[in-house]
Amino acid sequence: MWKWLHSYADPERAYNLSGKLLPWFAMLATALVGIGSVWGLVFAPVDYQMGDSYRIIFIHVPAASMSMAAYMAMATSAFIGLVWQIKSADWAAAAIAPIGAVITLIALITGATWGKPMWGTWWVWDARLTAELVLLFLYLGIISLYASFEDKVLAARAAGILAIVGVINIPIIKYSVEWWSSLHQPSTIRITEKSAMPTEMLYPLLINILGFGMMIGAITLIRFRAEILARNGMRPWVRELAKAEGVK
Amino acid sequence: MQFDSLADFFNMGGYAFYVWLAYGVTFLSIGMLVTHSLRQKRKVLVGISQKIQREERLKENRSTK
Repeated sequence: MWKWLHSYADPERAYNLSGKLLPWFAMLATALVGIGSVWGLVFAPVDYQMGDSYRIIFIHVPAASMSMAAYMAMATSAFIGLVWQIKSADWAAAAIAPIGAVITLIALITGATWGKPMWGTWWVWDARLTAELVLLFLYLGIISLYASFEDKVLAARAAGILAIVGVINIPIIKYSVEWWSSLHQPSTIRITEKSAMPTEMLYPLLINILGFGMMIGAITLIRFRAEILARNGMRPWVRELAKAEGVK
Repeated sequence: MQFDSLADFFNMGGYAFYVWLAYGVTFLSIGMLVTHSLRQKRKVLVGISQKIQREERLKENRSTK
């Protein structure tokens, strides 16, 4: 039933398909992040307690939630690569890791610049913050493990196992604000009940979350394509591309 | 529109430093990531084409002797 999916594991087809998808992801990402950020910065109402400093939320929450979503996507790809030996899945995981690291760093830095005016400190060793820092170290560990083997099949296996083991950190980040008393506030967006936020603030936030997702998708496609080329340097179709685009 | 003037907007109700630092770091690092990712493809293809040329040079030298 799902066999048609297998043909897309073929490197050349995966390369061409991601090339076709890339402009759509890139356009959606630019439009959504543009609209969401301008809406959040200029048009969303001022918070009665936090004043204009709360406007950091429109990048902090998308970055933080997408840093976890990207990790799940990477770990899923790594799992598929490990179990079904699909190399394209390993390459996708390798493509996501650096993006996830940057997004996690953004979540931490925007959190610090919001924490300083509101909590009076850039950083506390609190459960939520520490777990997010561990996520950054996981991403960095996976990147360096993948980079440190010449044999990329072996590298993907080692990095993939670390990625899968690291999934344990995701529920810890998610529920840290409920399990332990924390300086960090619990989530404002509720899926099952009414969100603890007026719609004038909620809409730009949701747009930016979607925008960050699309942006990660777009950058993943760019890196995935480069990774496919790097791993298939001996294939005729890649050599044709190299002859056409490489310097003389 | 929540701000009366452009100066008012840049001031961010007194939180200018924190808000603009957050947005600045975000878009700067995303910009750097995108640039780095876009350059990868060309770097890989240049590497492969150099390898092809090296192989061809080796092949030529072998056949002349």
